[in-house]
Amino acid sequence: MGMTMTQKILAAHAGLDKVEAGQLIEADLDLVLGNDITSPVAIHEMDKMTVKTVFDKDKIALVPDHFVPNKDIKSAEHCKCVRQFAMKHDITNYFEVGQMGIEHALLPEKGLTVAGDVIIGADSHTCTYGALGAFSTGVGSTDMAAGMATGKAWFKVPSAIKFNLTGKPSKWVSGKDVILHIIGMIGVDGALYKSMEFTGDGIANLTMDDRFTIANMAIEAGGKNGIFPVDDLTREYMKEHSKRPFVEYSADDDAEYEQVYDINLAEIKPTVAFPHLPENTHTVDSIDDIKIDQVVIGSCTNGRIDDLRCAAKILEGRKVAKGLRVIVIPATQKIYLQAIEEGLVQTFINAGAVVSTPTCGPCLGGYMGILAEGERCVSTTNRNFVGRMGHVDSEIYLASPAVAAASAVTGKISQPSELGL
Amino acid sequence: MKAEGRVFKYGDNVDTDVIIPARYLNSSDPAELATHCMEDIDKDFVKNVKKGDIIVANKNFGCGSSREHAPIAIKAAGVSCVIAETFARIFYRNSINIGLPIIECPEAAKAINAGDDVEVDFDSGVITDKTTGQSFKGQAFPEFMQKIIKAEGLINYINNK
Repeated sequence: MGMTMTQKILAAHAGLDKVEAGQLIEADLDLVLGNDITSPVAIHEMDKMTVKTVFDKDKIALVPDHFVPNKDIKSAEHCKCVRQFAMKHDITNYFEVGQMGIEHALLPEKGLTVAGDVIIGADSHTCTYGALGAFSTGVGSTDMAAGMATGKAWFKVPSAIKFNLTGKPSKWVSGKDVILHIIGMIGVDGALYKSMEFTGDGIANLTMDDRFTIANMAIEAGGKNGIFPVDDLTREYMKEHSKRPFVEYSADDDAEYEQVYDINLAEIKPTVAFPHLPENTHTVDSIDDIKIDQVVIGSCTNGRIDDLRCAAKILEGRKVAKGLRVIVIPATQKIYLQAIEEGLVQTFINAGAVVSTPTCGPCLGGYMGILAEGERCVSTTNRNFVGRMGHVDSEIYLASPAVAAASAVTGKISQPSELGL
Repeated sequence: MKAEGRVFKYGDNVDTDVIIPARYLNSSDPAELATHCMEDIDKDFVKNVKKGDIIVANKNFGCGSSREHAPIAIKAAGVSCVIAETFARIFYRNSINIGLPIIECPEAAKAINAGDDVEVDFDSGVITDKTTGQSFKGQAFPEFMQKIIKAEGLINYINNK
């Protein structure tokens, strides 16, 4: 029996010719990531270790992004702890306010993640880099500490589910609709402990930003990782952003999959996930009027340039509905600058939206857009759990940038076609 | 090693945001985190939980964010064991890595009621509901994980290597 793409990457990093699902292995790490919430706990754990140095100062990335720029004194203390650690160990890839962006948009942009890598991050959305053909997965702070000290992590080799994508997405349908459709189909634990391997000729019709969004939300189906094959678009992206050599892996023809789903991208419609689970999906054309109080466009899921361009195309020459707050958060400084240069920021401000410096902020109910009791938000973020963005009796509807922008204009959950687009 | 306590029972997909809401993640102090444990799913949990108590839940316990603050808060609140039908994978790793005992057992998760007095024997994997007299066999950990648990967490395990 052959190996899946994920299994091949793990075998290579464990120094083994072959691995199989369920096998426990120890793998060498190409990158260990942490943020301002998870790193302080990891740094505290590292203090307890007999190893006092990091395994490789170039293979650790510290990105304060969640409550940054510091939202309060306690957050400032956390960031100070991370900063001091970074200075003490001369961590090459520490990103201070001014250079930082939302970690999972930032690292690929900085060329720190490439095909064939094994990456762990103390953040559940670390699975994003699967878009580039890497094995990357979220872990906790103790794994991060052990990873920083030893350059290794233990894994149970996952089994896999294959998603065979064909066709071309319709106008205004993007990676977010694809992944929400999939989570709606298999559920929030549909891929528990497993790899989600995406294949098929439909992938050629997905932009890199679409693929980042899809891989990013693999965790929302319980997946260990989501992974895409490497094609010309991936190679072009990596050559543009990274100087690191990359290794292309592909699944064996006789690789074993627990399930195979065939998905025609042309059949996917704009999709929204109702509170309080990402699996509660509905197509926008099937829902009644749902009035909203806030729209958030940003996050590691949908704060990239394609997302902002799409939202701006809809908001151009239009106004935000009366009484609605619209918060746009470019995911990195580079994306922010690009949005300024392309006139997107002007479009957002003219429409009546606010544009923020990069931060995870409202996505996890940190700051910059917290909801009051009974309020509803359409958000391009990744989770709509109880209390995720504020009050326990507030509601989050997960959607694409296109649906979020259209909803910003109408004040209710809408798709661009309702605006004649 | 054994744990015994009264059961707090929850349903499917208990996420780490309700276990410890992000608004409290500007702290990483276990004692402080424990004062907000389960706040957004059960605001009386902290008031009622006693040392040794047990959490029982259905499928996908601990889904969502990778925050280790979630198992840390549960452990610091005094909980001696979490039994669930299934766990989300990051929560599962984190619990083992910090030394919070967890056991997957679909039968126990279904049958045990809130308020029951339950005993868990970690060596045998046997879960006994003393209130109803039923007993269940939980999934035993692979040897590698047992070593981490015996060392009381990943850091000690690596230090001892």
